[in-house]
Amino acid sequence: MSITQPDVDVVIIGLGWTGSIMGLEMTSAGLNVLALERGADRSKEDFLYPKPADELKYGVRLKMMQRPRQSTVTIRRNRQEQAIPQRHWTTFHPGDGVGGAGSHWTGVLYRATPNELALKSFADRTFSPGFLPEDMTIQDYGVSYEELEPHYDFFEKVAGLSGQAGNIQGEMIEGGNPFEGPRKNPFPLPPLPRTLTDTLFTKATQALGWHPYPYPSANVSGAWTNPYGMQLGPCNFCGFCSNYGCLNYSKASPQTCTLDALKQRENFAYRTGCEVTRIVKHEEDGTVKGVIYRDADGNEVFQPAGMVILASFPLSNVRLLLLSEIGKPYDPVSNTGVVGRNFSYQITGSMDLYFKDHQFNPFISAGGSGQVIDDFSPDTFDTEQHGFIGGSYIYTTQGPGGAIGALRTPPGTPQWGSEWKKQVRQHYGHHMMIGTTGTNMSYRDVYLDLDPTYKDPHGDPLLRMTYDWKENDLRMTEFMAERMREIVAQLQPDYHTESVKQRGDHFDPSSYQSTHITGGAIMGTDPKTSVLNRYLQHWDAHNLFVMGASAFPQNMQHNPTGTVAALTYWSAQHIRERYLDNPGPLMSPS
Amino acid sequence: MPQYRNWPVRLALLAAAVSAAGAAMAVLGDSPTHSQSSISTDSAANPQLIKRGAYLARAADCMACHTREGASKEYAGGRPIESPFGTIYATNITPAPKAGIGEYREQDFAAALRQGIRADGSYLYPAMPYPSYASLSDDDIKALYAYFMEGVPPVTEPAPETSLSFPFNQRWAIRFWNWLFVDEVSNTSSANHSRDLSGDRQQLLERGRYLVQGAGHCGSCHTPRGLFMQEKALNDQDGDEYLAGTELNEWQVPSLRGGDASGLRDWSEDDVIDYLATGRNRHAATGGEMTSVIQHSTSHLTDADLSSIAAYLTTLGATDKQRASSAPASTPSSHTAPDATTRQLTSATSLDEGARLYLDNCNACHFANGRGADSVFPPLSGNTQVNADNPTALISTILYGAQLPSTPKRPERLQMPGFDWRLSNEEAASLASFVRQSWSNDASRVTPEQVAEVRQAHGPGKPAQQGRPDSLDHAREDAASTPPSN
Repeated sequence: MSITQPDVDVVIIGLGWTGSIMGLEMTSAGLNVLALERGADRSKEDFLYPKPADELKYGVRLKMMQRPRQSTVTIRRNRQEQAIPQRHWTTFHPGDGVGGAGSHWTGVLYRATPNELALKSFADRTFSPGFLPEDMTIQDYGVSYEELEPHYDFFEKVAGLSGQAGNIQGEMIEGGNPFEGPRKNPFPLPPLPRTLTDTLFTKATQALGWHPYPYPSANVSGAWTNPYGMQLGPCNFCGFCSNYGCLNYSKASPQTCTLDALKQRENFAYRTGCEVTRIVKHEEDGTVKGVIYRDADGNEVFQPAGMVILASFPLSNVRLLLLSEIGKPYDPVSNTGVVGRNFSYQITGSMDLYFKDHQFNPFISAGGSGQVIDDFSPDTFDTEQHGFIGGSYIYTTQGPGGAIGALRTPPGTPQWGSEWKKQVRQHYGHHMMIGTTGTNMSYRDVYLDLDPTYKDPHGDPLLRMTYDWKENDLRMTEFMAERMREIVAQLQPDYHTESVKQRGDHFDPSSYQSTHITGGAIMGTDPKTSVLNRYLQHWDAHNLFVMGASAFPQNMQHNPTGTVAALTYWSAQHIRERYLDNPGPLMSPS
Repeated sequence: MPQYRNWPVRLALLAAAVSAAGAAMAVLGDSPTHSQSSISTDSAANPQLIKRGAYLARAADCMACHTREGASKEYAGGRPIESPFGTIYATNITPAPKAGIGEYREQDFAAALRQGIRADGSYLYPAMPYPSYASLSDDDIKALYAYFMEGVPPVTEPAPETSLSFPFNQRWAIRFWNWLFVDEVSNTSSANHSRDLSGDRQQLLERGRYLVQGAGHCGSCHTPRGLFMQEKALNDQDGDEYLAGTELNEWQVPSLRGGDASGLRDWSEDDVIDYLATGRNRHAATGGEMTSVIQHSTSHLTDADLSSIAAYLTTLGATDKQRASSAPASTPSSHTAPDATTRQLTSATSLDEGARLYLDNCNACHFANGRGADSVFPPLSGNTQVNADNPTALISTILYGAQLPSTPKRPERLQMPGFDWRLSNEEAASLASFVRQSWSNDASRVTPEQVAEVRQAHGPGKPAQQGRPDSLDHAREDAASTPPSN
């Protein structure tokens, strides 16, 4: 090791949402904090109007994302296949640089419901014995909705969440989501202005007896100053949200919500271009003593630290734990070990409706603009009768209307030439999409481990993903397709097309699905089935905490960012109130 | 970098006046003396006193001039104040013995602050605001002295010497200027707000007055200057031109008088507090020289002191000139029907070039109604810089953007991009003219020549490329290598 840096109290790996929140929390506790970010620095300079409004650069070439040549994953659908590396990001988009996925996310900000956080307990008391498939490995999070509520509430204020509450302390509010967990407070800001797609969707779903509500949006509807004094400006519906940095200070992100406040603190520092390659263990007691990273010049550096907070993307979290040999790697054959276990993803579907007589103006759009129903959530109807556990929310969103991605033509249209141009002209702005975002259960043979063949430029093995759709989840999504068809029937488009999965389908990583990658380093109350305890503290190394959706035991229908942030504040609270005075395991196994 | 472009003419006049006043100089004597005060030579400083001194140094914004921009060593001087007859360098005021002021006794320090006289007896250029600091209390001088002697690390590198050409290098001549324009310690209480006020309010106003007139030296920029560069009024007793607004580097410096329509008439005390603490409020976002004042000085003041400053400014009435030409109060209300500009932009039909450019470049943040968003995007309707007689500030902001300071209460460096890279002189002029003549605004049109002058003065700079999409580079390359086709 050529270089050893001076000791710090806390080193944070990754400076996105969770890294910057932990930075704020740990510096508030008076600790000296250093964040190491693999990618480049990203300030508002990078997002100045109109720079981000570049569909080719960010929407197609994905310049906000991790470079596959720097690190990627290999994918296979079962243990018999040879895993192949993703050489271009298709099915999901892992972020890169300061701000991470928090800079390029869409801005849909949800809470989990009480039952989603305790799904196994819910299933045990709801379904007939033996109903769940034998290879399904779902678990409770180990933390309750009531425990997380104050942290959801705080983060929603950090992000200026815009929308309509449906349940405030048990009181049901007309126009909100009646199936959400009770909130202490209303949303910080009212919903975004409604679009034509919202209006049509509302009418159709109300006619079906369902309960439409506005998408909870972190693209804010008005000027907002958050608890750190950071500011957001009203969203102008430019439509450059997912895959883009926001050009208008309107999307909650580390750049608009946390970073400038954090940078003011004298006990905080960060270094970019620094890729952590190992978390280093103490030989004696299993705690960690720091990290090894490669700096921007390629030097290998040891950074000693009293505490390590792993706050990178879920895939990077799991890989770094495996590379550092902290925690026992999961083995699906013997069903032992934990790191890599309960990897899960998201199952989505969509329908595209064409209306000759409606002009939708898809160039007027925001990622968090839209209308939703939660009537088909895991705990809102009898799913057992339909043969599955789980659910999806069904939504519409207008646009985006980019010149490359938003061109729709009817089936049978040639891919180029004058006929294609004619059809594009006729159809642009006449489409409305409806979609489902659904749960994904965890299974014994769906997991992450280190690839035996492919390596990164440092010679370290890539992460390998073994993943396929399962019958339970496909039944669920087939059921949702039926519900979407009911909406289509109400709306009576001139025609519609469908992109939905059905039983017999296998995972196809060649098209975009979702970036809601979860699990692999899950939280729980039993070290035999979880990497982290319910405070996101590593069972085997009490001074190592792991943030992010890698802690989810299975994926919920609702978008993960709200729960990721709430868990981070929850963990920080227990570090500050209990751990710092008395370092050691925050709980014993149940 | 501060530039005082009017100085050459005025200093030349000053030099002429000084030469013609030789006899007067003889009468006055030729050796400066320190005025008597209760300043002691006792230098036993306690941490509390040093802390208070540090706070006062913030209030007096010593850093603005005495720390070079981006320098890591505070108060080491060297910040250049450019002028065509030479550069005035701010001095090193760290306690280094030779390079700094380490050998100053407390009374030397007091004389420099209040009278502009250095320990060696020579005169400071009145870029140093000693006419304002003259009213600092003995206790505050003592605290500042304690801080600069014991709270600031010494920096042994000397700041560059200021060496102006003749006659501006004749520092002795400044004595005459001082005799004419600098009051002896003017710590008198003002009379115009002494009655009918509770003791608390009175105390608040007095504190505000003391901070504004003394340490804050707000008049240095906000009070119009006379023929000899002297502030036309050094305090509220000195005439209603005190803080009545002027121009600096061709940017309008707004009036701070609570009664002025062009000043703070429409601002509440909370608006003033927000502005000083954060550089932004519902009316305005800071720009130009004030950005650094907020960053280094006012954002560090206590809420109590900001309240007292705000309270004091509201007591300053309109100037006589203002009263004569007073416009009715303009309180833009969101309840009124949309004005003609808003309707025009919303319907987006029959737009002239300026309106179209506004929609393409400005509307996303400042909106069709020109009102922006509270404390995030400043309103353009009724905006001081938009409506200034001299459009330089507006043109400069359109071309090169603006950035708010990061302050403890509002850490976000909200930034407006520059449009230099995509607007021609003609386009920028159309856009600026549109903004100056829309909503409640009523200012003169801007010409392409005026835009060209601002571009010329700015020169090619780094912020010019802000916001420019990188893909344009490739697009240009592609276009250059592809033969034109129809």
